[in-house]
Amino acid sequence: MAEGTTMGSLTLTTRTEGSAVILTASGDVDLSGSPLLRQELKKHAGKKIVVDLSAVPYMDSSGLATLVEAMQTSRKGGGQLFLCALGDRVRSIFSIAKLESVFKIVPSVEAALAA
Amino acid sequence: MSSTPQVRLQLPSNPLFLSGAREMVYQFASRCGFSDESCGQLALAVDEALCNVIRHGYGKDPDKPIWLSMTFVGGVATPETQDNNPTQALRIVIEDEAKQVDPTTIKSRDLDEIRPGGLGVHIITEVMDEVRWEKRTDGPIGMRLTMMKKRVSTGKSGEGEKCVDRAGGSSSCGSEGSKGQGAA
Repeated sequence: MAEGTTMGSLTLTTRTEGSAVILTASGDVDLSGSPLLRQELKKHAGKKIVVDLSAVPYMDSSGLATLVEAMQTSRKGGGQLFLCALGDRVRSIFSIAKLESVFKIVPSVEAALAA
Repeated sequence: MSSTPQVRLQLPSNPLFLSGAREMVYQFASRCGFSDESCGQLALAVDEALCNVIRHGYGKDPDKPIWLSMTFVGGVATPETQDNNPTQALRIVIEDEAKQVDPTTIKSRDLDEIRPGGLGVHIITEVMDEVRWEKRTDGPIGMRLTMMKKRVSTGKSGEGEKCVDRAGGSSSCGSEGSKGQGAA
């Protein structure tokens, strides 16, 4: 079942696929909307979380911080966090912040579910 | 070199206004002849600077003023001059009325430590060619962040026929000097 919520520039839809939770983000992940992403990631901590970023044209450091926090929580709690389908502009901020190798980044949701 | 901003905008310290500010920066930079990648980087740097003011300068109070000014410096950008005028650049100034801090305390943090937060200053200094934080001097409050990014010629024809440098003059907007306070 899918639920969609909007905060600021970001809309987030959540659905489950087996034991995995898929968060589909749409819009910019900036200071106006990153609290929503943080809230959803915390709600599903400890699970296999797949964040679909295919519809995210922009992310700033508040988005990065949210994902770093979730990644660290995931490691401690036995969960997994996958980031999918990063666009060029989103990938570039990961590169600037030297975080590309820190996350599990895959090309698609399907690849994350299969991992 | 012109010091009169070609674009000057006052916006509230509400994160809902960030996307509009990013779009304006992107489009202005594009008209100044910057590449798509550079336009994106400029928008990102401004976003990060505004976020720092919102969070660290104003403590997330959404009703405070922030001033954003942009000036294309270096004269008329044309295909003929772009390779011979390497000083063309976009100067962006962000000012606020937040509590003043010692600019020397604003630094990037060590990226080897993986932790949330503290990336804004690093991103700004990575993207921009020159960055300067200073206290505004017209009163006891307010910081000013001045950033410059040079326009690199790509050698493509048709680029650069964009911005006209204005005659010099001082620029002012409300109170002076502010800086986006970093989270370093």
